[in-house]
Amino acid sequence: MIAKFIVTTVLIALLSFISGLFLPWWTIAAAAFIVSALIPQQPLVAFLAGFLALFLLWGGMALVIDLANGSILSTRVAGILPLHDSSWALVLVTGLVGALVGGGGSLTASYLQKRKPRAKMK
Amino acid sequence: MRILPFFLSLLVTVGLVYCLDRPWGQTPVMGRFLSPQHGFWQNAEPTDQDYDGRIKLPGLRAKGEVYFDENLVPHVFAANRRDACYIEGYLHARFRLWQMEFQTFAAAGRISEVLGPGTNNGFIKYDRGMRRLGMITAARHALEAVNEDPETKADCDAYTAGVNAYISGLTASGLPLEYKLLNYAPEPWSNLKTMLFVKYMAFDLAGADNDFPMTNAKAFFTKEQFALLYPEIQDSVDPVIPKGTRFETPHFRPKPPATVDSLYLNSTTTVTDMEKLPDPDNGSNNWAVSGRKTLSGKPILCNDPHLSLTLPSIWYQMQIHTPDYNVYGVSFPGAPYVIIGFNDDCAWGITNSERDVRDYYTIKFKDETRKEYWFNGAWKEATQRVDTILIKGRAPLYDTVATTVFGPVLFDPTYTGFSDEASNKSYAVCWKPAHPSDELKTFRKLQQIRNYSDYKDAIKTFETPGQNFAFADKAGEVALWQQGAFPAKWKEQGRFVMPGEDSSYMWQEDSIPMEENPYMLATDDNRGFVSSANQLPVDTTYPYYLGINFPPYRGLYINRRLNNINSITPADMMSLQTDNHDVFAEMARPLLLRNIEDLRLNDNSRAAERLVEDWNLNDDPDEEAPVIFNYWWNHLQHDIYDDEFSKTSLPLKRPFESTLLEALLKDTAYPFIDDVNTPHKETLPEVVTTAFLQAMNDVAEAAKEDKLTWAKNKDTWIRHNLRLAALSRPHLPIGGGVHCINAAKPLHGPSWRMIVQLTTPTEAYGIYPGGQSGNPGSPYYDTFVDKWAAGKYNTLWIMEPGDVKNQHVKWVMDFSGN
Repeated sequence: MIAKFIVTTVLIALLSFISGLFLPWWTIAAAAFIVSALIPQQPLVAFLAGFLALFLLWGGMALVIDLANGSILSTRVAGILPLHDSSWALVLVTGLVGALVGGGGSLTASYLQKRKPRAKMK
Repeated sequence: MRILPFFLSLLVTVGLVYCLDRPWGQTPVMGRFLSPQHGFWQNAEPTDQDYDGRIKLPGLRAKGEVYFDENLVPHVFAANRRDACYIEGYLHARFRLWQMEFQTFAAAGRISEVLGPGTNNGFIKYDRGMRRLGMITAARHALEAVNEDPETKADCDAYTAGVNAYISGLTASGLPLEYKLLNYAPEPWSNLKTMLFVKYMAFDLAGADNDFPMTNAKAFFTKEQFALLYPEIQDSVDPVIPKGTRFETPHFRPKPPATVDSLYLNSTTTVTDMEKLPDPDNGSNNWAVSGRKTLSGKPILCNDPHLSLTLPSIWYQMQIHTPDYNVYGVSFPGAPYVIIGFNDDCAWGITNSERDVRDYYTIKFKDETRKEYWFNGAWKEATQRVDTILIKGRAPLYDTVATTVFGPVLFDPTYTGFSDEASNKSYAVCWKPAHPSDELKTFRKLQQIRNYSDYKDAIKTFETPGQNFAFADKAGEVALWQQGAFPAKWKEQGRFVMPGEDSSYMWQEDSIPMEENPYMLATDDNRGFVSSANQLPVDTTYPYYLGINFPPYRGLYINRRLNNINSITPADMMSLQTDNHDVFAEMARPLLLRNIEDLRLNDNSRAAERLVEDWNLNDDPDEEAPVIFNYWWNHLQHDIYDDEFSKTSLPLKRPFESTLLEALLKDTAYPFIDDVNTPHKETLPEVVTTAFLQAMNDVAEAAKEDKLTWAKNKDTWIRHNLRLAALSRPHLPIGGGVHCINAAKPLHGPSWRMIVQLTTPTEAYGIYPGGQSGNPGSPYYDTFVDKWAAGKYNTLWIMEPGDVKNQHVKWVMDFSGN
């Protein structure tokens, strides 16, 4: 169960990353959808996998970039948005926006499955 | 499949993506903007960014190298001039693409296209004004002129190819930040865009005039009042070319038309339209001292052009080395060559001439179609064009513009500029920079000048915006020419709106020949230096009319200091260039202090008065006295003039500060002192004291806001071109001001300070308030700002071909052709 969740999350993050290299930003939703369609999970679990995958991917990439940049740009952009010049808030917002879109993609895919009766423990 | 939840979830997700994938009002496309792989995060350069690279530029003739030093200043080594221009285009685009393109949008009246209509449709008004002035036509004319100059054309072609080589390699995620903020993408560069930039500088530096407010003032005030408010010359002025210099006999004397009194000077016509004008203080300082006055025995040349202080900076610093020349200085992102700088033999610097080359004519149209106008006793057909102004988030606006023999009709009933008042009048503008000319040729040649005659040859074709070109070389020559194509005008021609019903008021000669332009050589027999600071170029014996918009004070002080100093070193020049002495306050303070009525003061105000009295007259950052002095003077001006000026709603121009000061110094009974709204007759001591007490209120307010020191009170910013505070450098601790050599105003000031000592090897210093990278995500975005504010300089490292292993070289870009 947990292994499946982790595999799903990692695969969503990976596919999102690869699609982001070549395709528009919103393909993260498609990536989450595809992976979640192939690995069926309960809606809530699927949502969490997509959410977490993109939160970690976007937030993580933003954080790595921000640290290398010494927060020069994030401070300025946070001043424009406006997020009170806070780099941390901007990293968080970045992660959350990705997470919502990823979670939405996964959640949608999870409803492709028929509702299963509560699985009995094997 | 669970159909209902599936579609519900799909709808929500797609809806979320939709909302994040489109702009809302002026916001960026948030999903893409925040995506670390697409959006702004991609613009965050690692602080240890490696700028090394191997770059293929198709059509580059030979290999070229660019060595970047620790300030990211490129030292370009190219095999020939064309390759150098090619690489320069690439570098400008690599580091300044958004700014370069945005400036051409501003030039071409395309701001609304990327920014929307603006507050109160301000951007649309701006765009229409630039189009109507004929900026695009002017750029096309300039392009035609360049196309007849094969060498400059080849350089421009190479420059354009360099910019486009960079643009074509750009991905959406690699776009400069501002494109992502505003949600658009760069167009291919073209020689026309280069010309648009050149014309933008012409607009900035030769776009000023006060014809409308002066026309109103002439109608509203009596002749006597007018003469007191707007004198043609200041008593204190020390012209660029010293008084008493003999001028060539003019080959041509422009004659005023027979109707000049009845139809022009005594006319009481008024204008409500309002122009968009460049900053009235666009000016500069330059000077060069001969070896006789320097410690090294070699000339020193200094220049600090005063422009709007912007991020990214208008300047990009670079060295360009080819087998034929080796030039160092600052370039304009948007155009090839180095604009201000030095080579192995010579140095040059420029300041604005401030001559009036923009005049208006009243046009009488037959009817509202504006297809025919009355000219020389008959209805003449006007050519008409329709401009399409694209507006972000709105339908395009189609603007019909008529053109007459004088020039385009800038104002008509459909366009009143920035005035909200309707008007049924039409005015055509005759603007010198709209005529064909090839300014880049001058800079192409300046890079390679070896001596004074080369310099003269380089500047002789320069037409607009007219500049004071200072020159010095290692052979010891020091010179200054005021060069440009200036119309030969009769007295007061174009000071007011002129009648446009016949040809008698047109410019009779388009261009005074270069030999008759003001110039000076510094020799052992004269003062040994040349200088200019936008003051009046010549005294009243000069045979042509020049306009009246010439600030006297900086020039006065520079000449005084240079006259009194010998054995000059570059360090002396640094302290002069950053000098905060306020020569206006020096002249105004005694007048204020001797007229204050002590009986009306209390202990508090007496202490403030003492601060002004004890002030060393420097507008230094931490001084309180300049704050008090400026409040005091501003109130005095208002108290003296407001009563008369508020009697009309017509747009008027307030007299220069020098006008009021000189009037009060001459005549303590200056008629405007009296408040016409009171039966009592006010005296000078009364108004001076009242103004001082009013200033005391301002001082108390300023104290509450922690704005009691000069730097905080004045508040100098280096502002981003989009006016976004977060991308700007606000509240800089810098002194100086409009009357100081260090002319750092709130948003305007010394945009490049340069000092060149023409020893062998050349010793040079320079700094500008910005950084080499235009990317707000780069550590090189604002590298020089703090140092500039502190009045410090960078030593300009002039790289030699053998210096490849020098410690200054941090990165290398290798360029090769196919």
